Amino acid sequence: MAEVMIPIGPQHPALKEPVNFRVYADGERIVRLELDLSYNHRGIEKAAEQRNFIRVLPLLERVCGICSHAHATVFAKGIEEIMGLEIPRRAQYIRTIVAELERMHSHLLWLGVAAHEIGFNTLFMWTWRDREAVLDTLEEMTGNRVHYNMNEIGGTRLDLTPAQLEAAVKRLPALEDRIAQYVDMVSNQETMLLRFRGVGKMSREEALKYGVVGPTARASGIDYDVRRDDPYLVYDEIPWKVVTDSGGDVFGRTRVRIGELSQSLQMVRYCIENLPAGPVRADTPKAAPKGEVLSRYEAPRGELAHFIRTNGTDMVERVDIRTPTLANWTSVAMCLVNQNLADIPVIVAAIDPCLSCTSRITVVDTISGKEGSIPWGELGRRCRARHGGGPLS
Amino acid sequence: MTDLFLLAVYIFLFPGFLFLLAAALFFQYLDRKIAARMQHRVGPPLLQPLADLIKVLGKEVITPDGVDISAFDFAPLLALASAMTAFLYIPVIGPSPLAFSGDLVLVLYLLVLPTLILFVMGWLSRNIFACMGGLRTVTQLFIYEVPFFLVMLSPAIMAGSWSVSAIVSWQQARPWLLVLQPIGFVIALIALQAKLERTPFDIPEAETEIVAGPWTEMTGHRLAIMELSFDVSLVTGSALIVALFMGGPDLPWIIPSPWLAGLAGFLVFFGKVLFILFILASIKVATGRIRLDQLNDYGWKYIAGAAILQVAIVLVMNASQVPP
Repeated sequence: MAEVMIPIGPQHPALKEPVNFRVYADGERIVRLELDLSYNHRGIEKAAEQRNFIRVLPLLERVCGICSHAHATVFAKGIEEIMGLEIPRRAQYIRTIVAELERMHSHLLWLGVAAHEIGFNTLFMWTWRDREAVLDTLEEMTGNRVHYNMNEIGGTRLDLTPAQLEAAVKRLPALEDRIAQYVDMVSNQETMLLRFRGVGKMSREEALKYGVVGPTARASGIDYDVRRDDPYLVYDEIPWKVVTDSGGDVFGRTRVRIGELSQSLQMVRYCIENLPAGPVRADTPKAAPKGEVLSRYEAPRGELAHFIRTNGTDMVERVDIRTPTLANWTSVAMCLVNQNLADIPVIVAAIDPCLSCTSRITVVDTISGKEGSIPWGELGRRCRARHGGGPLS
Repeated sequence: MTDLFLLAVYIFLFPGFLFLLAAALFFQYLDRKIAARMQHRVGPPLLQPLADLIKVLGKEVITPDGVDISAFDFAPLLALASAMTAFLYIPVIGPSPLAFSGDLVLVLYLLVLPTLILFVMGWLSRNIFACMGGLRTVTQLFIYEVPFFLVMLSPAIMAGSWSVSAIVSWQQARPWLLVLQPIGFVIALIALQAKLERTPFDIPEAETEIVAGPWTEMTGHRLAIMELSFDVSLVTGSALIVALFMGGPDLPWIIPSPWLAGLAGFLVFFGKVLFILFILASIKVATGRIRLDQLNDYGWKYIAGAAILQVAIVLVMNASQVPP
């Protein structure tokens, strides 16, 4: 069979968010592929420059539906650093509890999606059912299932009551059982082994070269985790360990995420049991002094970085968001070459892509090398010109 | 005259067309319900498959550019007709009135047709996903069809007849062929699962890879009839395995009244088919989808090898006249 071009996306059953791969395949083998990102630019960074800190936090949570707490925490952490604030220990513990619960729900969700990509819908249904327990806990604690809005500059918005903590602890043993079962399933279920082992392999050198982060990097044997290497919140005082794997394939990434699931569960339990008493919010000035900070955070998908520049007002002058998916994308394009066509969904899913978080626009004039922004009307005109006024060819 | 009338009843009412239609929808319901309960979901209500069928029948028919409309309309009907015709040769209440020596080959042939038509539909669709799906369908066909034929023919070799009804009556005085040919029974189940393109063999219609495979461009009545023909194939295929390996409708004791005997036979038969369906549904729930190259390796290395082994065992048993 001659080489054929198979368009995957921006609308495709395997994709939950818009991205476009043009896959050139020779029969079932992938020869090369072209990647087209940025279908959903939402202008969040710009909008963040026009709101004060109180209003920016809920906005930044909307960057991502899964790691909403990550974005709010990393921003609050950065601003607190500029302000030179020491936030109460109880607030730090509460932030950690929510962060680790969020990691659990994200990894459970991922496990289900990965299983669905190989047609194993039973595991998909089961993990999403068990994820409900985590979401219920989060809803009890924060009032919301997804966008918790738990952070404020200088602490947390809400305190946790004894009843909430008790209900959360009660749910943990059942979850622990389920996680143990998933560990068993992943290492013994025949079709999962067939589809995960040796697929999308990435060596340690390649992983370093492409700058991958998070579970994807740790599965390639890179022992790196912001929580340990640049500790924030209370990660340097609670017992936990970084999970790594030497496989470098989808199977390794699965094992890392499942390992992190149980680590997170232990952390949540420890934090709830050792929750210090005291206030949850420090007195905060309205405005931040002039300054720049790079705030880092280990989101469920990997290292998340916010670069924040303040100018002495209650608004940021610039916030630049580097999401983990953006760091992992190039490695996917590399992993896919020479793989089987059937493995595209699972290799793409293995980095746990969060596509709309990665949309950025920079206009570069290739002749003069000038960078800049582009007015709305001009953008529309260029789009129409590019697609000839008709549908995408 | 009465003979003709009874034959018409057999073909159109029971166990032919009308009953088969109801059975196909009921089995689809059961299949979905069993899978749903195992996956901790609620599952569809009893009449959902019928509602789905009627709804899809009434949907707009969209024809892709440059497609041969008459072939595209006619192919699903041919698939349905062949799957339904195959069922008429399987003894449901007693020997089939249409039986002739060699009907097993006809049934196997008719059961291949829906898959081949699926390939043709994919190829006709002029869509890259349908085309890839069609190619996968036909590649998969070559892998599972050889062991399927081999293990379906080994009961015929042992019973010394190529008629499904004769093989059923041969089992009356002897243990089921399930006991005599366990390897063949297992392979028949695996191959049937592959034939019906159910997980782990849903490679041709892998949703996350190639959208819906050959089904991508099917809409309205084409989709409805094609899906119905695969539901009918599920019933026919399970019934064929029951007839060949599990003694069909035969009872171990004799009931004097012919009507009661027919009814009891039918109930026994239906129960056995439900058992097969339960196994098939469990396989569907317990596995993920394997890749085409992996199926190729496994299919030719192990499944085809085991099927040949089964035939060899049967031949040796026949030659050495081991009394089964």
